[in-house]
Amino acid sequence: MTEQPMVRFDNVSKRYGALTVLDGLNLEIARGEKVSIIGPSGSGKTTVLRMLMTLETINDGVIWVEGEPLTHMERNGKLVPADLAHIRKIRAKIGMVFQSFNLFPHMTAMQNCIEAPITVLGMKRADAEARAAELLDMVGLSEKKDHYPSQLSGGQQQRVAIARACAMRPKIMLFDEVTSALDPELVGEVLEVIRKLGREHDLTMLMVTHQMGFAKEFSDRVCFFHAGKICEQGPPSELFGAPKNERTRQFLHAVLEAG
Amino acid sequence: MGIRTLVAMLVTALVVIGALATQESYKVFMPGLLQGAVLTIEIAILGSLLAIVMGVLAALARMYGPAPLRWLATVYVEIFRGTSALVQLFWLFFVLPQFGVTLDAFLVAVLALGLNVGAYGSEVVRGAIQSVARGQWEASTALNMSRPQMLRRIILPQAFVAMIPPWGNLFIELLKSTALVSLITLSDLAFKAQQMNQNTFKTIPIFTLVLLMYLAMSLVVTIGMRLLERRASLGLARGKAA
Repeated sequence: MTEQPMVRFDNVSKRYGALTVLDGLNLEIARGEKVSIIGPSGSGKTTVLRMLMTLETINDGVIWVEGEPLTHMERNGKLVPADLAHIRKIRAKIGMVFQSFNLFPHMTAMQNCIEAPITVLGMKRADAEARAAELLDMVGLSEKKDHYPSQLSGGQQQRVAIARACAMRPKIMLFDEVTSALDPELVGEVLEVIRKLGREHDLTMLMVTHQMGFAKEFSDRVCFFHAGKICEQGPPSELFGAPKNERTRQFLHAVLEAG
Repeated sequence: MGIRTLVAMLVTALVVIGALATQESYKVFMPGLLQGAVLTIEIAILGSLLAIVMGVLAALARMYGPAPLRWLATVYVEIFRGTSALVQLFWLFFVLPQFGVTLDAFLVAVLALGLNVGAYGSEVVRGAIQSVARGQWEASTALNMSRPQMLRRIILPQAFVAMIPPWGNLFIELLKSTALVSLITLSDLAFKAQQMNQNTFKTIPIFTLVLLMYLAMSLVVTIGMRLLERRASLGLARGKAA
């Protein structure tokens, strides 16, 4: 028996009224795999992450995490829409980093990192602080632990946000355009932290990104989205080196031209 | 206006009251008026506390409660916002006994004013919660917090800062509305003033003192809310200038 995929989108659709954002998406992500999602804006790439984080409901299909349904639960052998308790149980395996950081402004970097471990996981404060200190050290911000978000640069805020997400020990990390809101000179420090995370932690990573260079170097697989579907996917060397699809070629040409 | 200006106004009001109280024509009214002022303050404080509780409960019920609670909260808010505080006082004090429920006048005063202002307060609370950025909810969801955990630890502390100035207005409204309780047999500041005026016809000293007393009380509220606002926004604003 082959190992269960970490995440499986099974014919998932998302519509807003008449607008179909995702159209019957099928996507499997293996344990430990690093997958980048690229594509033009409006192609549904961020929606993939938001559905997996349960920030958006889905209209059709099922999302599976480690062989268990996330959006549904089994009752009498049938899949019915999941209740909140079930969603929270499965969702615990997933963490997310946002484009706009979304740190809690009324808490210091340290407090941001220990809040959910204490309230959600029920950890002791001392334990949570020890883990948070390690993670803040990993992202290179030990000295800023008592600073409030408003006292930190965008790059530093995003690194705290990564530490905060890691503090919940997720198996899957979602990165939603995490460098798009940063000044160009701050992008590098955040990407470096993500690289380190990929090396040192056994994480499955799914990222939406406009950083083609990073996607090429970091991912095991790149998916090109267009109009709510995966248009082409494959190892970065193939997708960037020899794209088969005409739309992929056009997109890469336009992006690399601009970059 | 800065806090210093407000404090200067408050001190001036108190000094003028004190100076007037040394004069024979004013002095006689002081004990009675102060007695009334104490009752006014008691009603205002207890009414405000009830208003806060009702405001928060009604807002949360309307936003996140199950259907029956949501419905109940909406009915409460619309009734108490849509009818006058005076009518509410009269109804609780004169009509309710007809149905066999007789409440003490002081209790009626606190209930009517607290429920009335709480109805407005629920809209303040609702607006402040809605003003918290959507990303804060999403980040809390991504950290797998439950709805009550999000509200208590993330959303309400941020909404709190936005609530303070409008609550200050409501507390002052409530303080001034306490004058209505003189119509249900309570000897508050307004009642004492009117009573003394009817007995002595010394209109100028009596109503000058009463005016200054109400002003002093509302200035205390304003200053208190400013200090609270400054303190509460400290965490959010910290380092913004840095």
